[in-house]
Amino acid sequence: MKNLILIAYLDLKESIRAKWFVVYSLVFGGLIALFFIAGVTESQVMGFSGLSRLLLMYIQITIVILPIFILITTVRSISGDRDNHILEYMLSFPISLKQYYWGKVIGRFITVYIPVVFAMIIAIVYGAFKGAIIPWSIFFLYTGLLFALSSAFLGIAFFVSSFVKSSEVALGIAFFIWIFLLAFIDIALISLMMQQRFNEELIILIAMLNPMEIFRVAAISLFDPELTVMGPVAFYILDSMSQSVFILVSIGYPLTIGLVFAFLGFKIFEKKDLV
Amino acid sequence: MIKVSQLTKKFGSHLSLDNVSCEFKKNESIALMGANGAGKTTLIRSILGYYHPNYGEVLINGLNPVKERVKVLESISFVPQLPPPIKLNLDELMQYISISAKVDKDLIMHYANEMKLDVKENLYKSFFKLSGGMKQKMLIAISLAKNSSIIIYDEPTANLDPKARDDFYRLLKQNEDEKILLFVTHRLEEVKDLVNRQIYMDLGKVVSDERL
Ligand SMILES: Nc1ncnc2c1ncn2[C@@H]1O[C@H](COP(=O)(O)OP(=O)(O)OP(=O)(O)O)[C@@H](O)[C@H]1O
Ligand SMILES: [Mg+2]
Repeated sequence: MKNLILIAYLDLKESIRAKWFVVYSLVFGGLIALFFIAGVTESQVMGFSGLSRLLLMYIQITIVILPIFILITTVRSISGDRDNHILEYMLSFPISLKQYYWGKVIGRFITVYIPVVFAMIIAIVYGAFKGAIIPWSIFFLYTGLLFALSSAFLGIAFFVSSFVKSSEVALGIAFFIWIFLLAFIDIALISLMMQQRFNEELIILIAMLNPMEIFRVAAISLFDPELTVMGPVAFYILDSMSQSVFILVSIGYPLTIGLVFAFLGFKIFEKKDLV
Repeated sequence: MIKVSQLTKKFGSHLSLDNVSCEFKKNESIALMGANGAGKTTLIRSILGYYHPNYGEVLINGLNPVKERVKVLESISFVPQLPPPIKLNLDELMQYISISAKVDKDLIMHYANEMKLDVKENLYKSFFKLSGGMKQKMLIAISLAKNSSIIIYDEPTANLDPKARDDFYRLLKQNEDEKILLFVTHRLEEVKDLVNRQIYMDLGKVVSDERL
């Protein structure tokens, strides 16, 4: 246990000093600052205004950029350390592979999760200071959703990192996963839908297997409990579960994906030669 | 005691270790020699439990280093052939080692001092920003402070200046009693006073093994 904490702590310290972390924090912090400067809280679109509107915009952008950030920075963690012989030395001390791997996962999770949540907290504090009403339920939902999204992509990234041979390939895979989940699945499904070869329920089910998609839907579900913006899709979702169950699923499912992939990554890490 | 039996390790179709068997006992200091690519590093990494052998096994005091890595590594000090580009600073690196391997930080500082490396001066510098020789001095200091019953060095003197080499051999001489010292080297004359056994490898096989 103390080794696990030690490794997480040292990885966290090392990441915080890294340039990518500075860029990463600036992007999310800057996003919030930009929204305030642009007066997003004053504008009114689709009936939501103030902080809720700001958080909604923040989450919609985060859905797109957070996964690629996590994938790119993490996909080389284990494989990079293996390539440049860091593992050869660091693992010559009496530390179990379990502690090493999961310590890295935990350290990295904290690194990627803190800035995105912190940016939201800044928004809340600043908004409150300006006299806006604080939408607590949205804030807590998004904190949970970001937790789930971070863990899903971190798990996938560690999984890739456990077997990939070179950094270039790792980056290529990272980019592919991102584009695939972001756009390709939707495009493919839309074309299937238009051809009317499969029934809609099946297509929606497939779409919802994509953690990014479920995240998108969940992000607007509090504003729009009937999910009217989604059109007929909402009917299928809310027909099969209630809104609160849907929210639980939207957090629990990506979290499970993350854990499963991270665990598979660990199994590969354990089975393969370490150097 | 290290017991290597019929150890075979392939990378793809390349046979890096070909049915290697040998034993290393307490109070032996072994110079492990051989041409580049002979399989020395592969043998050492197998002893450390980094590789899953294709055939045969390694036992360290009766334990398998892959399955019982924590117990096995408690009794091994290791300095690799190339100092890795670790991004931790020296203070963090020492923290890592002192907690995971129960090594006293002051003892690391002591040996670093003996090797003429000023740790205090560089405490918050990233390890990879040290010069090549300084890195090796730091790793050597750690290996001595760990006080293990098995010490494994994979050509640790490549970047050391002559003065530092002398310091290193002197410290090693003081620390080799009751231990197994396994030393990969290309320069036998340097370690002649230190070793009492020499093993030559070629093409993944032990080709000669003599006691001095
Ligand atoms: N991870 C690996 N993947 C593929 N081949 C490898 C790997 N590690 C070692 N080899 C091959 O195994 C052979 C033995 O390598 P090894 O590093 O053990 O040699 P060595 O005796 O330590 O040489 P040197 O004196 O140059 O350090 C070499 O032909 C090398 O190319
Ligand atoms: Mg070698």
